[in-house]
Amino acid sequence: MSARDDILGRIRSAIDRPAGTGAPPPPEYANRSLIPRRAQGGPAELTARFIEMATEAEISIGRVAESNAVGRSISDWLQTEGLPTRAVMSPDPGMDAYGWENAPGLEIRRGATDGSDAVSITPTVAGIAETGSIMVASGPGTPYTLNFLPETHIAIVHADRIVGGYEDAWARVRGNGETAAALPRTVTLITGPSRSSDIERTVTIGVHGPKRLRIVLVGEIESGDDGQKT
Amino acid sequence: MQQTSLEFSQNAARAQADADLQSALAKLQRDTRLARPVITGRLPEFEDLRDRAVAIKNHTLANLDHYLETLEANVIDAGGHVHWCNDAGDARETILQICSDAGAKTVGKGKSMVSEEIALNDYLIANGLDVVETDLGEYILQLRHETPSHVVMPAIHLKKEQIADTFREHHTMLDPARPLDAPRDMTEEARTRLREKFLSADVGITGANMLIAETGSIVVVTNEGNGDLTQTLPRVHIVIAAIEKVVPRIDDALSILRILARSATGQEITCYTTFATGPKRPDDLDGPEEFHLILLDNGRTKLLEGDFRDVLRCIRCGACQSACPVYGAVGGHAYGGVYGGPIGAVLTPALDGIDKAWPLPEASSFCGNCEAVCPMRIPLPGLMRRWRDIAHAQKLNKPGARRGLALWAWAAQRPVLYRLGARIALRVLRLLGRRRGFLRRVPLAGDWTFARDLPAPEGGTFVDRWRKENPGTTPS
Repeated sequence: MSARDDILGRIRSAIDRPAGTGAPPPPEYANRSLIPRRAQGGPAELTARFIEMATEAEISIGRVAESNAVGRSISDWLQTEGLPTRAVMSPDPGMDAYGWENAPGLEIRRGATDGSDAVSITPTVAGIAETGSIMVASGPGTPYTLNFLPETHIAIVHADRIVGGYEDAWARVRGNGETAAALPRTVTLITGPSRSSDIERTVTIGVHGPKRLRIVLVGEIESGDDGQKT
Repeated sequence: MQQTSLEFSQNAARAQADADLQSALAKLQRDTRLARPVITGRLPEFEDLRDRAVAIKNHTLANLDHYLETLEANVIDAGGHVHWCNDAGDARETILQICSDAGAKTVGKGKSMVSEEIALNDYLIANGLDVVETDLGEYILQLRHETPSHVVMPAIHLKKEQIADTFREHHTMLDPARPLDAPRDMTEEARTRLREKFLSADVGITGANMLIAETGSIVVVTNEGNGDLTQTLPRVHIVIAAIEKVVPRIDDALSILRILARSATGQEITCYTTFATGPKRPDDLDGPEEFHLILLDNGRTKLLEGDFRDVLRCIRCGACQSACPVYGAVGGHAYGGVYGGPIGAVLTPALDGIDKAWPLPEASSFCGNCEAVCPMRIPLPGLMRRWRDIAHAQKLNKPGARRGLALWAWAAQRPVLYRLGARIALRVLRLLGRRRGFLRRVPLAGDWTFARDLPAPEGGTFVDRWRKENPGTTPS
């Protein structure tokens, strides 16, 4: 007998479920939603909470009203912080629309990284209000290494893609009835720069991943939006 | 030095005489106490989420064969491989085989408690592989040839001066006079050293915090990002996980995530939470070409069938360790096994055998803190009590303790005699303690009075007092 048969055999005898019993009925809890209150609300409320929670997680945030102002905002921020202005950016064509022509100081390469790039610029699937996290997914246009190897990671979040909870963000990558193979290889929730407390419980930032996480938030939320969509 | 569970008493005495360890443990306990209300208070749904997490795990365990088969099918569908392993030996050989098939020389490792269970590193190193732990705490311990003393804070027992010495001893290519005073300096040094290792590793091995049946995904949470670099840069990614890590759906994993980091480190969520499904897709620019999932039993099916099934809900957050007064007094290494603290007192007898670990379930004041903070509501004190029963039945505990219990049981079944005995004992104790108001030593209770005084009894026995205050009734 294979180890697989051994283990499944022992499990079936322990839980008294003979082979061929089939799928169990859906558990009772699955019919009840348990989304925390803070993961709910109208767009303005969720955006405000996203900014508050992300700031708490030591993510710095820049805001621009229009997509074509993103490049300039990034260029200005890198120069203000005294950081390198050469960056590697996701090849995703959606990244073309951010007004790079308005940011002549930036030198941008598109592709994955082998660790020699100091700054990366990536898109995000969503911003998540409940914890101030961003969701990134890997794909042909969004290499995964960009989120981890450079010392500075700049992520672009559209205000209309700020969602309440983790479930809402997942809904954006899942689609309906997709198979495992159709999922991105990785889906990651990032909540702040890399950190460790392994030495005497002292928090230090920038262990293996980025030392800085910057979000550029694109778009304005009108204060009257709440109440229409909730 | 590797300590054994059977020598718990001696280990504990040594730990209590270790001033550095004591100050580290005191800080952990203080921080844990202060953080708790903040952690739980910020999420009003916390208690409901705990109930849901318990329901998720109970449902999964009751249908474990189904969810493991679903998981397997989806991992394969995503292009991955699944290897079922009965025990530590099976898992070690399987992993070594995958490494040799890949022609690997170097292995980068993410933190994994189950890999500690099967002593994976020593085995791979003995077979010629260069294995490097990439979690900062685990890296420090690997250099020092030590084991983790806490599930999520592996190097909690070390002072920064000890770590600085270790770095100077091993990182000999660097200037010996460099400053290493602050954790910041050491973190930066480890970052540089380990970055080379990440980039050159042929195989990455990680554990998994959860496995998701409906998508074949694994979930890895870290704060450092080492788990992500480990599973992305090498050509082969091997995941090792015990069979109880599976949950049915993504939504179930998301519910558990809301209580995991909160219970472990007091964070809302860790910095990185990654759901990985299979190897690199055809058009992806990075990611591993091979994805292997090792599904390990190593005693889990035995726990599933008996009185200890509840412990399989454990998500390895370490909350029970941080909150335990016994762990807080002696640290994790004194327990001898892979897991210290209350979870170790329940798991180690199952993994190593009660004959090799019977003192661990004895090491409890039964204050109930562990059960109170456990996000999965595992009845740890009850399970320790169950192990005590088993140890007693197998005559593993000390003959003196067994005789004492037998005598007490004999008397307790004879109420008249018992009450008479209690009254006499009370008078004797009162007489002995009349001068100071307390007793320094009590016959037959030397271990108890070794570290504390017994206040001299005041008033009558419990039964006498009950009768006076509740005329006509008896306490039952």
